[in-house]
Amino acid sequence: MLYNIFIDPFVQMAGAPDLLVQALWDGLVSGVLYALIALGFVLIFKASGVFNFAQGIMVVFAALTLVGLYEKGVPAYVALALTLVVMFLLAVAVERVVLRPLVNQPDIILFMATFGLTYFLIGFGELVFGGNPKAMITAQLGLPRGVIDVEMLGGRVSFQKIDIAAAVIASIMVAALAVFFQKTRIGRALRAVADSHKAALSVGISLNQIWVIVWFAAGVVALAAGIMWGARSEVSFALEIVALKALPVLVLGGFTSVPGAIVGGLIIGVGEKLGEFYWGPLVGGGIETWLAYFIALAFLLFRPQGLFGEKIIERI
Amino acid sequence: MGYMSKVLLSAASGAAMLLGGQLAPVQAQDGKDANFVPLFTYRTGPFSGSGIPIANGMRDYLEMLNQRDGGIGGAKIVIEECETGYDTKKGLECYEAVKGRNPVMVNPWSTGITLPLIPRAAVDRIPVLSMAYGLSASADGQTFPWIFNPPNTYWDGLSVIIKHIADELGGLDKLKGKKIGYIYLDAGFGKEPIPMFEQFAKDLGFELKLYPVAATDMQNQSSQWLGVRRDKPDYMVMYGWGALNPTAIKEAARINYPMDRFVSIWWPSEDDARSAGPGAKGFRELNWHGVGTDFPVLKDIQKHVIDKGLSKVAKGKEGEVLYNRGVYNSMLIAEGIRNAQKLTGKKAVTGEDVRRGLEAINLTPERLKELGMEGFTDPLKLSCADHNGHGAAFVQEWDGQKYVKIGGPIKPMEDKVGPVAAAAAKDYVEKNAGWPKRTEACDSK
Repeated sequence: MLYNIFIDPFVQMAGAPDLLVQALWDGLVSGVLYALIALGFVLIFKASGVFNFAQGIMVVFAALTLVGLYEKGVPAYVALALTLVVMFLLAVAVERVVLRPLVNQPDIILFMATFGLTYFLIGFGELVFGGNPKAMITAQLGLPRGVIDVEMLGGRVSFQKIDIAAAVIASIMVAALAVFFQKTRIGRALRAVADSHKAALSVGISLNQIWVIVWFAAGVVALAAGIMWGARSEVSFALEIVALKALPVLVLGGFTSVPGAIVGGLIIGVGEKLGEFYWGPLVGGGIETWLAYFIALAFLLFRPQGLFGEKIIERI
Repeated sequence: MGYMSKVLLSAASGAAMLLGGQLAPVQAQDGKDANFVPLFTYRTGPFSGSGIPIANGMRDYLEMLNQRDGGIGGAKIVIEECETGYDTKKGLECYEAVKGRNPVMVNPWSTGITLPLIPRAAVDRIPVLSMAYGLSASADGQTFPWIFNPPNTYWDGLSVIIKHIADELGGLDKLKGKKIGYIYLDAGFGKEPIPMFEQFAKDLGFELKLYPVAATDMQNQSSQWLGVRRDKPDYMVMYGWGALNPTAIKEAARINYPMDRFVSIWWPSEDDARSAGPGAKGFRELNWHGVGTDFPVLKDIQKHVIDKGLSKVAKGKEGEVLYNRGVYNSMLIAEGIRNAQKLTGKKAVTGEDVRRGLEAINLTPERLKELGMEGFTDPLKLSCADHNGHGAAFVQEWDGQKYVKIGGPIKPMEDKVGPVAAAAAKDYVEKNAGWPKRTEACDSK
């Protein structure tokens, strides 16, 4: 038994390095997508202290809107632009209807409000677009399809072009968000709001404006995640469950850190793939679902605030 | 009494009347006899891709009978859907909501919902029709008089797949030393055939590799398919549902797994295969009924339901595999009610009557012709002892556009499945202390 746990997986890795590379690649791609979803959570948490439970359904809603509009005869790129408009309107509506009336309420109230938002978006999405799964319009959006097979390490490693595109797009989005946060006036205002609502208000920063911007940014990230996940499978409400995989990423990376979401996503993605592939068969498989949480909890033992989370010291 | 008290009292009385109205047994509608058929469906959630076409097929067939014939035997069919989302908890809530309203039967459309209903059926006197799903052992009518799962059990289906593979290899003996992979939804449904699979592996000498997929990872299967690449199984068998199916077919195509060696139980739809693109060509699955609309029963549905705007089916989707599966399911419901009416002489029947009616199902070629299903499916006969029929299934292959039947009917290996099923039924009784002995009378041998 000890051999099977501590020795055999590494023997397998050495014996079939092509499969190890494939597992690492698959894990990195999953990790990038988890990170994209986690980014949406982080953005909103940073600016408003709200854990947005609706981020998962926002991924589904954005992707459904895109595909739904295309199915109604709207050209792909116009549908993409209109989806961005819809996500902006959603951000405005959330600020007006959910956040503004609840300002200064305890965080738990805002958290519960995002539960309500989740179920509203599920029902509204099903009402408008139906419950039928839809195919992502990958080709129409000009995203690459097909596979690049590379003979290496005595075997074959397959790289899906859409996965490569996902990694590139996610990297660009992360870089753009970093620049946005660090270099722009709005980004600085957003960081100020994250540090202290009251202090930000006292220097003339509009909380309402910031919330709209940040919810819209989370909507854009959700759309990117929805397109990439949808291209790998299909656009359906099952995606919402996948989005919950972002939770251990947040636990690991910290709720307020953009780099944490990225690194956390990659660690969880790679960790669960290697775990399922090499250690899963020992217990009959299917460990991927809980392994992510196990990894996150193991990290928490050493860094309770997450990898990049802020260490909170409160005087009492 | 103050104003507020009056308001509260009125509201309470209104709610009571409303609830009373809802909970009243349905035996008549518009002053005429009626039979209440609740349909547990899922048009929402992660499994809606499979649930919607089935719900449409079930509803449309029953609606067609209402429109064309005024119901069954002069009694209108009261059709009511209850949304379960393929969630066992919600399914049980649906059951609780309908059980007091004289449903003639329930159709759980989920193995997970079916399993907890099995012990309740006898107590509540409501038959459960779990058509080709649920507990395989419940085909034994002597042990499970209230459960019906025609025309095949999951174990029958597995034996047909094994036989199909053996036929390709040149005989059952050729399976010795082979490796068969099993990818499945890690839930009651997907786990159901594992004991039978393990028995087959032992008896026939092949190696079984398991690839469970949790409901949370249906769209995230790269680990499982990497495992397939490592283990190199000679054949892959799938018991999937909802988003699991299209993702698995896509992943199989992605790793260049030979599609003609990837065989599924009867649940993948056209959309599941279509979404994987050209790589899905050659994918195989079992079926036991026709695909398309070239059958009188489908023409009647088009004429009396779809053309009148009474259906929820999307244009051109009628006749697809899962739609026709729903039609087949409702045909069984209707036959059960019709037989019950004949046995009792009543128009509005009860669950107890329909249980007898289901045991009397005898779909002869002549009867199938009367039903507009000539060439649609094989004859089927149920009895007090056999609640399944253990009919033949055939293999159909995805040609890139549609499923095409390849080869003839394959009968389940009853010599292998029968003893294991009997042992499982016995085991079920032993594990459920106080399981009642059958006391229900038998109308048909």
